[in-house]
Amino acid sequence: MRTLKFLLQKEFKQIFRNKSLLPMIFAMPIIQLLIMPLAADYEVKNINISIVDHDHSSYSQKMVSKIISSGYFKLADHGSSFSDAFKQIESDRSDLILEIPAQFEANLVRENQQKLFIAVNAINGTKANLGGAYLSNIIKDYNDNIRLEWNQPARNNVSPVVEVTSSNWFNPFMNYRFFMVPGILVILVTMVCAYMCSLNIVKEKEIGTIEQINVTPVKKHLFILAKLIPFWVIGMIVFTIGLFFVGRLFYDIVPAGSILLLYGFLSLYLVALLGFGLLLSTFSETQQQAMSVAFFFIMIFILMSGLFTSVDSMPAWAKVIAKCNPVTYFIEVMRMVVLKGSGFSEIKNQFLIMAGFAFIFNTAAILNYKKTN
Amino acid sequence: MIIQLIKIFVKQFLTFIKKEFYHVFRDKKTLLMLFGLPIVQIVLFGFALTNEIKESKIVVCDYAKDAASRQIITQLDASRNFEIEKTILTHQQIENSFKEGKAKLIIVFPANFNDDLLHLKKAQVQVIADASDPNTANTLTNYVTNIINGYQKELSQNDPVPYQIITETRMLYNPELKGATNFVPGVMALVLMLISVLMTSVSIVREKELGTMEILLVSPVSPFMVIISKAVPYFALSLVNLTVILLLSVFLLDMPFNGSVLLLFAESSLLIITALSLGLLISNSTASQQTAMLISLMAMLIPTMMLTGFMFPIENMPWPLQMISNIVPSKWYYIIVKSIMIKGLGFSAVWKETLILLGMTIFLLALSFKKFKIRLQ
Repeated sequence: MRTLKFLLQKEFKQIFRNKSLLPMIFAMPIIQLLIMPLAADYEVKNINISIVDHDHSSYSQKMVSKIISSGYFKLADHGSSFSDAFKQIESDRSDLILEIPAQFEANLVRENQQKLFIAVNAINGTKANLGGAYLSNIIKDYNDNIRLEWNQPARNNVSPVVEVTSSNWFNPFMNYRFFMVPGILVILVTMVCAYMCSLNIVKEKEIGTIEQINVTPVKKHLFILAKLIPFWVIGMIVFTIGLFFVGRLFYDIVPAGSILLLYGFLSLYLVALLGFGLLLSTFSETQQQAMSVAFFFIMIFILMSGLFTSVDSMPAWAKVIAKCNPVTYFIEVMRMVVLKGSGFSEIKNQFLIMAGFAFIFNTAAILNYKKTN
Repeated sequence: MIIQLIKIFVKQFLTFIKKEFYHVFRDKKTLLMLFGLPIVQIVLFGFALTNEIKESKIVVCDYAKDAASRQIITQLDASRNFEIEKTILTHQQIENSFKEGKAKLIIVFPANFNDDLLHLKKAQVQVIADASDPNTANTLTNYVTNIINGYQKELSQNDPVPYQIITETRMLYNPELKGATNFVPGVMALVLMLISVLMTSVSIVREKELGTMEILLVSPVSPFMVIISKAVPYFALSLVNLTVILLLSVFLLDMPFNGSVLLLFAESSLLIITALSLGLLISNSTASQQTAMLISLMAMLIPTMMLTGFMFPIENMPWPLQMISNIVPSKWYYIIVKSIMIKGLGFSAVWKETLILLGMTIFLLALSFKKFKIRLQ
């Protein structure tokens, strides 16, 4: 125990002595948590629309003003040449073209039917799909208005109507930040701990000070424990600042579930994560190696965790990778506990899996750490 | 005389570059990462990342069990957006299945659904979404509403509809609405930029930390050449990586390639040089490898990921963030790649973005030369 105390003293001193490191550990995650969730907004709005009006009738004008006043669309350009509008799409000034053919009003009244052409920039498929759907809906609405104008209400009311009432639970105002802040906090805690931890032992290797520890009678597991505990504490502190200071004060996020449960999971998660960091550092000789390996895994951890894109939508083989990713489970638990107030019985599986990760990573790290070369 | 000087100069420079190449190639593990990382990431993310909502678990509580409700359920089942489970849940059970994460959306058909529809001409369906993920909730509700509207249209199809406006929608550039078309250029920008920054950011500070910097400084080569020769091997490696990434995205991920290959290579080289200059600047302004790496990874990873524009549309962000996104080099490169690869445009469409990247490079390089200290403490 006394040995551990001295080792810990050494580790803490080394961390807190480095003045350029401290802001990286504490200030940067907090700043990023303050700023980055504001950038996360999937909602499709502000779609720039180019209108090509070959008709210039009162109908076409009414339709255009209805589209613009819907709030989803911003008029980028109103002309009468399709190729001009297409140039707007090419230069990204416009996302969507609506082409109204000549004699639109006349033909609609005379032939009872008229076509409109919509062309969408579909590089971002989801945005294109939604934008196209919004526009079609608005046009459908406008179409109904026209029918009413030509007064045939009796016939239209006969057809049966299915009314869809929708309700949104847990986040009735559909605030996307409630969803993103817990996830981004997880990623920031993960990055701080994984990078710091994987660099730590390697640094001693590269500079050569590890020899001095190896010749002392310090036991392997004590040495590793002393490397783990400081980062475990740092992880806890960063998480606490993020949850209470940024989440509560800045984003108004009050966890619906038990805070004790969150901390319980966090402490287990940190053990698993730090074990992973240690394992990486036992494989590398230089900080550059450790860093590039850590970078590789952190990128995969972040992008395959369901933080930005849902795990359900991935192909089957990618789901397997997501399931082998500890970050996936922590993000899941965070969102479940913070937003939905899930209790222990609902997340016990995640607890078990995380305990498994913790055991595997740490055992592998201890086995792989050799005191002699 | 002058020719001889230049000869000596070139020889010195080449020797330095050779030294740097030795450094890079000797470290097999880092080299493996350097090549393996982009390949794995482009393949992995190219296939796995998509904004689409597919195979979401939804529960249908059918209290009606009549012809109409069954027909709608069959139509829902046919969509690959959903994975349907049919059970009857109480209010409490609905809440529990959300809390356990077993369902994303619950559809309730009330009893007498078909009767209401036929006789009262009006029936209700209730859709309850787990809005803890607002995007998924919104999209799924939209999908369900569309399918039900389609069913309703089928019912009323017998009546001829007067004054009908038909919309014909054409999806440009990406008719199948694939996720990869949007994500692959983004991942390309992300990977190329971060690797270049990461690798160069440790290069100079490493020599400082190991004490070999002193030897370089007393050599007759100018400090300018010392810095440039650090970046050359990584530039060469990044070009190899770029080639591999492009081949993979065209042949494996089925990305279109409509523009000029030469132009894309030129623009990519520009991004790589911008990133290398940024790495050099970080390396020149830090005192330890640890700090340099944390800056290039911790400080840059998430902002680059989110402000490049492939995850979230930049035009939705609050204006201060839109301003910040302008200083992210990968944002401009992302626009360039989309224009060249997918839209097939030429240089005249991307000269502005190119100019911005060029300006950034010059600024970063100038700053890092200024920060380079030729005296040790």
